Amino acid sequence: MQPEIPQYAIETRDLSIYYGPFEAVKNVDLKIEKQKITAIIGPSGCGKSTLLRAFNRMNDFVPTSRVDGEILMHGTNLYSKDIDPVEVRRKIGMVFQKPNPFPKSIYDNIAWGARINGFKGNMDELVEQSLRNAALWEEVKDKLKKSAYELSGGQQQRLCIARTIAIQPDIILMDEPASALDPISTLRIEELMQELKKNYTIIIVTHNMQQAARVSDYTAMMMLYEDTRSGTVIEFDDTKKIFTRPSDKRTEDYVTGRFG
Amino acid sequence: MIRKTFEHELQQVKDEILVLGSMVEQAVLDAMESLKKRDMKASEKIYEQDRIINEKRFAIENECMILIATQQPMARDLRLLASMLDVASELERMGDYAKGVATINIRMGDQPLLKPLIDLPRMATKAADMLHRALTAFIDGDAEASRAIPAEDDEVDALYEQIYRELMTFVIADPKTIERANYLLWAAHNMERMADRVTNICERTVFVVTGEIKELQTTSNPHEMK
Repeated sequence: MQPEIPQYAIETRDLSIYYGPFEAVKNVDLKIEKQKITAIIGPSGCGKSTLLRAFNRMNDFVPTSRVDGEILMHGTNLYSKDIDPVEVRRKIGMVFQKPNPFPKSIYDNIAWGARINGFKGNMDELVEQSLRNAALWEEVKDKLKKSAYELSGGQQQRLCIARTIAIQPDIILMDEPASALDPISTLRIEELMQELKKNYTIIIVTHNMQQAARVSDYTAMMMLYEDTRSGTVIEFDDTKKIFTRPSDKRTEDYVTGRFG
Repeated sequence: MIRKTFEHELQQVKDEILVLGSMVEQAVLDAMESLKKRDMKASEKIYEQDRIINEKRFAIENECMILIATQQPMARDLRLLASMLDVASELERMGDYAKGVATINIRMGDQPLLKPLIDLPRMATKAADMLHRALTAFIDGDAEASRAIPAEDDEVDALYEQIYRELMTFVIADPKTIERANYLLWAAHNMERMADRVTNICERTVFVVTGEIKELQTTSNPHEMK
């Protein structure tokens, strides 16, 4: 038998996520392609963020949370016993809704995480490269020792992205990364995502459907089961198809703004 | 119902498309009638009607663009708006065919008709009727009706062929009739093209409903007379 060659960055198999007895996400089978942007959309409370957080074991911080089924990263089950969740989070970085820089200098925001992760190379180069890749270098190169809090919201968010890519993850998860930003900063982040996908796989949760349509290659549409209130993926397809001719009536209703 | 405003504005554009459609339908029938009766005044009026048709088409185009820009339509809404732009332009071109028939009447000056018109008005009535039903199906999102209409184009093509043969017998019998025969053939050609454009509207309806764009009429054999 041929060994299975993992062709996806992340693959979930019959994935269910529980908080105590409550099944928040039910039976999700997704195949996330490498070096593409996959958007997760759906109405509030349908489990988008819960699913996203399962990808880098962030839900482990919720004591009652539990996962059934498998999440494979490049073929390895992220939830098997011999896997270190810290290592998972190093490989799968995350950017949050509100920019959350450390109360440190711009330079240290990037150097700190890298140092903790055992980076031994030229730190100045790493900081510059990460800031360049996050399209922030030109704006901050003369004030690297200044506090990160002096930056604007959009700049702070790009700093958080620079911090994430400094530790060279494979996958970047983004949970509403632009919802607290003004339109210009939002477009900068979206442009940046197009650059980043040359090297990284990106999964983004967004409430903004136009944003999902603009930035993503694939879109997963999530919905709640009426009876159990569990969320699940009801349609997963090419983004162009989801927003022009979705197959599922519920996706159609959602993307045209008829419910949700 | 959320998006009440958007629904309402979409409905308004649909209504405008129907108004434009009925203007075109009327223009085609009036133009043919003016030719049949050799009524110059009526033909001149078609020119004025055509100007209004063109303006209406631009107004619809503008409304569609405003809705696309302000409402960011997706999926079926987007397909509908894109198709309304297309249908408005099809209708405008059909208006030009009506004007074409009016032009023929004016150009003929005091030359009498080569023969009384029977099949030509039939072509116009048939094409106008097909247009009416195609547009109703477009507005109602009736894919089934839209799939059925293009087959009726064969009737229009058959009339066109009949007119062609008849006119040729006149020309063969008396070559001096060639100019007057040509005028009528030109009018018939306008009607034949109009019916073809009805098929385009039907294709748009199927696209709006199913998301698939597909030609509804089988390609005619290039060796057959058209």
